[in-house]
Amino acid sequence: MVLADDRFRPGTFVDAFRFIGDNAHLLLVKTLEHLELSGAALGIALLLALPLGLWLGHRRRGFFFAASVSNVGRALPSLVLIAFGLTILGFGFWNNTAALVVLAIPPILTNAYFAVAGVDRDVVEAARGMGMSERQVLVQVELPLGLPLVVAGIRISAIFVLATATIAAIAGGGGLGEIIVDQASYGLAGVVAGAFCVSALTLLAAILLGLLRRALSPSPVPTA
Amino acid sequence: MSLVAGGPVIPNFGQGSRCEQTNGWWCTDWLHAHWGDTLQPALVQHVELSAIAVGIGFALALVLALAGFRFRLLDAPIGFFADFLYTIPSLALFQLLVPLTGLTVTTVEIALVSYTLLILYRNMIEGLRAVPTDALEAARGMGLTRFQTLVRVELPLAVPAIVAGLRIASVSTISIATVAAFVIPQGLGNPIFIALRQDLFKTEILAAGGLAVALALTADALLALTQRVLTPWSRA
Repeated sequence: MVLADDRFRPGTFVDAFRFIGDNAHLLLVKTLEHLELSGAALGIALLLALPLGLWLGHRRRGFFFAASVSNVGRALPSLVLIAFGLTILGFGFWNNTAALVVLAIPPILTNAYFAVAGVDRDVVEAARGMGMSERQVLVQVELPLGLPLVVAGIRISAIFVLATATIAAIAGGGGLGEIIVDQASYGLAGVVAGAFCVSALTLLAAILLGLLRRALSPSPVPTA
Repeated sequence: MSLVAGGPVIPNFGQGSRCEQTNGWWCTDWLHAHWGDTLQPALVQHVELSAIAVGIGFALALVLALAGFRFRLLDAPIGFFADFLYTIPSLALFQLLVPLTGLTVTTVEIALVSYTLLILYRNMIEGLRAVPTDALEAARGMGLTRFQTLVRVELPLAVPAIVAGLRIASVSTISIATVAAFVIPQGLGNPIFIALRQDLFKTEILAAGGLAVALALTADALLALTQRVLTPWSRA
């Protein structure tokens, strides 16, 4: 538990910036740990959720499943997932990765489903009429059209995972969260500095994936 | 250093039933003994923390949405700011606020309210914009003023979208409020943090975590029901 004292102390922010300057190496190492944990979780979640979501969306089956996964996923608090992961799998890298994967799957799966299922049916029928195989329809028609929405889901998952990887520090996950939860070693300035870094990291990821989504969106066609 | 690592942990299972001593998955006797002094107060605090946050967030988002709806220029900056707040990890935001507002409920509420804004704002704006032009024309034809149109036509027709946003915001607030226990010893996160420090007492983690999930799902169901009651026309 944090033992910050309870006074109004805006000067801490100045100290926090000094901490960043003095401990650049430590912060860099922790940032890389953070990215390693988050990247592993996001990668596994993508491998599991993306093909399933795209396939279900292509078949236009499992609407209820796709919708419920996202509802139930949202109701699972990240702290609870980390704590469950810890009880079931013990202390270390994999309990946190597993918890983060569970957290990352719903937005990717649901968005992939609705991205593909939402493609105009006439377009899909036209593609079939041109003699495309089901696989070609999915890869050459539905996927490119639904890609912005797919990336939007990945962006939400990435935000969730990077944020929750911070909490994973209480379960031995390492990363920037380790500084944030350890005021005894780093002081409030260090804690605030860690919080700055992790916020910057998450914002950067959100902005980059947001730009990617925008770049993939088809430019509006004049209707006239 | 983390909360559970470091040094031999003093076993906390020296007393209590056999199940507690062996750290069982589900110790019914512990649950009976500690419902009243641990779980129930945490549940009540959790409901309070979340309800206040969603309430304030709703009022704030409504004001912002009406502003963004009326003056389109404001929409992009408000949306960007809400998106920015949403991106900051909860644990980090709590800690960033500590030097300003201390280890208080205020700190927790500011953070929780920030996370509701994006979803509530987006849904309100989209709900208001989706009102069919026919309905607006009819309102104008009946001689309604701009304000009357907003209150009697646009807002009621936006209710489904607004309630849908409220559902998502409530569920995520209940979820994020567990992390609040890091700043103040309140809510369902508190028993979880305590259990994490006490040699991972499984029963307490499962019970408190289960309650948090159940609370989120209950809130979601209640709001879905509210939506049905508020918009009888969409039931046909």
